[in-house]
Formats: sequence, C-alpha cells, structure tokens
Amino acid sequence: MKKFKLAVAFLLITSMALVAACGGSGSKSGGSSPAPSQQAGGSSAPQQSQAPATSGVVKIGALLPYSGVYTSLGENLTRGLELYFDQVNWTAGGKKIELIKEDEGNDPQAALTKLRKLVDSDKIDVLTGPVSTAVAYALRDEVDSRQIPFLVSHAGGNDLTRSRRSDFIWRSSFSSWQIGASMGKYAYDNISKEVFLAAADYAFGREVSAAFKEAFEAAGGKIVGEVYPPLGSNDFASYLTEIRSKNPPAVYAFFAGSDAVRFVQQYEQYGLKGKIQLIGSGWLNAEDVRPAQGMAPVGIIATQFWDYSLDTPENKAFVEAYEKKYGERPSLESLEGYDAGRIIVEAINSLNGDVSDKRKLSEAIGKVEFTSPRGPFKFDQETHHVIQKLYVFETYDAGGKTENRLVAEVGEFRDPGQ
Amino acid sequence: MDIFAIQLVNGLSYGFLLFIITCGLSLTFGIMGVLNLAHGSLYMVGAYLALTVTRDIAPSFWAALVIAPILVAVISLIIEFVLLRPTYRLGHLSQVLMTFGLAYIIHDVVRMIWGASIQSLNMPPELSGSVELFGQVFPVYRLAVVGFGLAVAVVLWLLQEKTRWGAIIRAGLTNKEMVSGLGINIKLVFSVVFAIGGLLAGIGGVAAGPVLGLYPSMEFEVLILALVILVVGGLGSIAGTLLASLLVGILDTFGRVMFPEISLIIIFGIMAVVLIVKPTGLLGKQVH
Repeated sequence: MKKFKLAVAFLLITSMALVAACGGSGSKSGGSSPAPSQQAGGSSAPQQSQAPATSGVVKIGALLPYSGVYTSLGENLTRGLELYFDQVNWTAGGKKIELIKEDEGNDPQAALTKLRKLVDSDKIDVLTGPVSTAVAYALRDEVDSRQIPFLVSHAGGNDLTRSRRSDFIWRSSFSSWQIGASMGKYAYDNISKEVFLAAADYAFGREVSAAFKEAFEAAGGKIVGEVYPPLGSNDFASYLTEIRSKNPPAVYAFFAGSDAVRFVQQYEQYGLKGKIQLIGSGWLNAEDVRPAQGMAPVGIIATQFWDYSLDTPENKAFVEAYEKKYGERPSLESLEGYDAGRIIVEAINSLNGDVSDKRKLSEAIGKVEFTSPRGPFKFDQETHHVIQKLYVFETYDAGGKTENRLVAEVGEFRDPGQ
Repeated sequence: MDIFAIQLVNGLSYGFLLFIITCGLSLTFGIMGVLNLAHGSLYMVGAYLALTVTRDIAPSFWAALVIAPILVAVISLIIEFVLLRPTYRLGHLSQVLMTFGLAYIIHDVVRMIWGASIQSLNMPPELSGSVELFGQVFPVYRLAVVGFGLAVAVVLWLLQEKTRWGAIIRAGLTNKEMVSGLGINIKLVFSVVFAIGGLLAGIGGVAAGPVLGLYPSMEFEVLILALVILVVGGLGSIAGTLLASLLVGILDTFGRVMFPEISLIIIFGIMAVVLIVKPTGLLGKQVH
C-alpha cells in the first residue's frame, strides 16, 4: 500500500512537471552567435561600457525559439535573417553586424529574462523576434520603457499593433486580422455563401477565425457552425464527423504545424475532401507542412501574404539564393526573417550607422519601403504594422507531390488598428 | 442515432490507439515497479525508425511494423542494462528522475537525427481507403487499429496468464525474493519485461504514426495521456489499462462534441474522479 501511494504521488508530480515542460521549456541557453568577429571594428573591448555608437559594430538581438514546438520556425527565421546579412556582407551603415541569438523558449517569463540579458550585457541596438504572441506581449512593456527598437518578425497577435502599440515596436510579419479578413469577401464571391468554421482553440486561432467571420458576414455570408478543437488535438475524428453531418458547402479552417498535418489528412480520410471545399489560412497548406500531408491538401484554397510559388523577380531571386545556401526550400518564416534583416539593415543605412539615438532608429525602421519577395512592403505610420498584399493560393497535384499556385490577389490589407 | 454510433466507433478506435501506446508502460510498471517516463520517447523513436525504414530500407509499412519495434526493444534492453539496473536498489524516485532525464536526451537526439519539422508516416496502401459506416465515411486504418489493439490485448493476456513466462512474471511481482529463491534469474526477467515494454512502445509508435504524425515533443503529449490512463486503469493491470483507454477514448470523443468548452480537461477530470472514488484505479490491485 505504501509503495502504491508513493507511486501515485510520483505520477501526479511528474505529470505536473510534464505539463509545465510542455508549456515551455525552461532556460536553455540559446548560445551566442557565430557572427563574424569584431576584428574589423578595431575596438578591443566591445563589451564594455562604451556607447554602442562609438564602436564599429551594430548589435542585433534575435529572440527566437530554438527549443520546443516552434524550433523549426525559429530556425527558418534565423536562416532568412542570416541569408540577408550574407548578401550585405554583414555590414550596415558602414558597421559590422553582430547577431546575438537567444532562445525565446515559448515562455514569456524566460523570454523577458533573455531580453534583459540582451539589453544589459550584450547592449543590443535593435531587437527582432519572437514567434509566440504571448512572448511578444510579455516583452512589450520592457521594450517600450527601455526604448529598444523592436522589429516583430513573426508574432501575429492583433493587439501588438492596436491597443498595446508602442513607439518602438514595428511589425513586418502579419496580424491575425490580415490573415482572416483576407478570405472573407473572396470566399463569399467565389466559393460559397455558407461556411463552417473550424479553428484551433488558442488566441491566434480565435483571432483569425473571428476576423474571417466578420469579413465573411459583412460580405453577406452565413456561418453555419463552428468548432474549436484544442491546440495540439490528436484526433479530429469527432469534429469531422460533426461537420460531415451538417454537410456545409465549405469549411474555413485555421490550423498550423502538426495540427494542420493531422486535420488535412483526416479531412481526406473521413471523406470530406472532394465533397466539402476546404478553405483557410495559408498555414493549412504551407510549404513546411505539405510534404508531411501527402496528397491530402490537393484542392485547398487559402490566403497568405507569401508563397514559394509567387512568380516575381524578387521572389525568384530570394528562393534561388536561399536554396543555394541551405539546400532546401524557404518557408514563410524564412521570408519573414529575410525581410526583417533587410528592414533593419536599410534603417541603419539610412542613419549612416549612427544608432545611438533609439528613437531615430525606430523612426528609421518605420520609413523603410521596398519591394519584398512578398510584394510591395511598407509600414502603416499610424499602427506601425505592415501594409501588404494578400494572395489566394490553391494546392494542386504536381505528379506525386503537391504544389501551390496563385489563384487571385485579394488586394492590399491595412490593419484597422482597433 | 447514426451520428451517435459513428462517434462511438471514433471513440473506440481512439481508445484502442491509446491502449496500443500505453500497454507497454503499464506492463513495465505493473511487473517491475519501474515508472518509465522515457516510454513516450521509445514510442517516438519507434515512429521515427519506422519512417527511416519505409523511406530508405524497405518501402513497406509492414516491414516497419516488424523492424522498428525490434530495434526499439534492443534500445530498451541497452537502457535497462546500462542505466536502469543500478537504480533498482535506489527506489522509485531515482528511476523517475533517470527516465525523465533520458526522455530529454532522446528528445534532442531525435531532433538532431530527424530534424525539427513535422513528418508523417504513410499508411499501408491496403488500409488507406475508406468504408461506408452508418451512412458516414470511415477510414479503414482506424478500424484496423481497433482489430490490432484487440489482438495486442489478447496476446498480452495469454502471455501473462497462460504461459510459464507469464507465471514467473506474476510470481516475481508478488514476491521477488521467493522467485529468485526458486532458482529463477529475476534480473533476466526484468530485462525481458523492459524489452517487451520497449517493443510495445515501438509498436505504438508505428501504429500511431499515420494518425498522430511525427514531430518533436510528440512524446510528451503521449506520455501525459499514458500516465492518465495508467492511473485511471489501475497500476499494473493490463485489463485496467484496456478499460481506461477505451473509457478515455470514448469520453474524450463525445466530450469534444458535446461540451467543447471543457474538452481539454475532460480526461484530467476522469482521472480526478477515479482517484477520489477508487484510488487504486478501476481494476487496480493492491500491491504490497
């Protein structure tokens, strides 16, 4: 009996430990970067209390996931960033770029500690990252009060450029609103007047589906049912059976990563594919999940701000350079990293390398405009959020594997900012 | 009514999948008293090895279903021999810590070998179709999982109740000293049991691969579910594990449709209720 009680106690303790471990793995060190050493700068003690502007180095802090479920996103963002730095020989405004990488670990509190380390001991000039919106929110006040120019390169929570915007925060990736809203009118005009909603039950999934719902209903459409499976659902069988029994003409789905793989595969296995049109956000049939989905994603219609297949000279050049360097296709996150690198470098160039005034540096980031592989890129001066075109892509059978192709452009989307 | 029936089949199939994944953990804990927190990791290794087998060695799911679990069993044997043996005299806590640490090491090793991106194991073509069931389309593979889970349960039951090995194992559970006094090498028994646990984890990985997918941290998600089932079913009872797997599978499936708001906590709710009402688990034996 004693042994038994002990065992139960262990079980409970360990399951709690595991739940905690899954929520975000602790304080693993991301390690510092293999950035080019500072020999060119000539300053022998770059770590010391000198103002960064007087040394010949600009320090860029990248707070990205290098452990946990978002590891591959963090890796791809870093690859994109480093590819761009390679292309400018790791110089910006006449100074050497030093990239300092830290692991956001998908843990807001640990990420905040990493931010303080980057600011206090590494003395970074500009910060980029993170993937998790929760982490971005946790960093927001510290970044704002300490005046660190912060280029958000992935996290898409709406409020970061709405109620919680800051003079020092700019976002080059996307907002949940842009992703969801972009499908609303297109779906009503081209796909169906009635849609069933299925989205992963977490802040981002809820925001995207709410934005879609608003835009779809505004166009005159009707949502005939909604399900919100938990994030990381093993088994969508019961939801798919539910959807099948309602028999809507189309399903709008927001799922990403392993959820997207399972949802799309099971969508086919449960006989919904071919009968009920599957539409959604571009994470459903993204470059990095399609290989694992087999042929199941064929026929998915989704909106996104970039895809591997975009046929523009800028995108072709980016894809070619990326494949040459890494031997694999870029993902959406690679593109986000690449653009973030360009924005930071161009901002520093426009100041001729003088990054001592943080407010000026932040303003310079906001002024960057260029033609990105994703299309024309500029910031909204009001919300500090990117104004960008969104596209509709369809997955098709390319002989034993799947590819996406451009179906339509749905125009430029500017986040309403509230 | 049809919807109810099809959801029941969904629940059963999910339940049997959970059973295939969990029974190895239940076996090692029931017989050796070792709570193997690296069980999920062995499950993951099984799934990834199956991926390698189908990709590079023999492009057949069936080959993978045989080869990968055997490889996992060999790995388990090595773990038992090298790492676990010294901990037997140290008690539960050191085993829990050791296997938990091992889980993290395996996590990183798997990531280094197979990468961090999501992958998927292809279903055998014979089972990749769908059938009509209660007016709904139902994947054949899910039905096959039900049959396979039943087969695993029957084999385990026969092994434990009807063979000499089973008798030794059950005797070892009751009184280790007496068994070794009868001239049976109890250390060897433990090694074999742990290897069988690994084999079952590997089978679980291969069987679940086409349904649940392969990605880093898949093992922790599975481990938590497995621990819940272990507690609900009663420690060390294969029949209890089967019952708990089916219960969790069915309640989880219905809960998601009927009470979507609380679907996340349903299985933990079941665990809490069982612990309060019947702390030994549904079919748990009192172990002295």
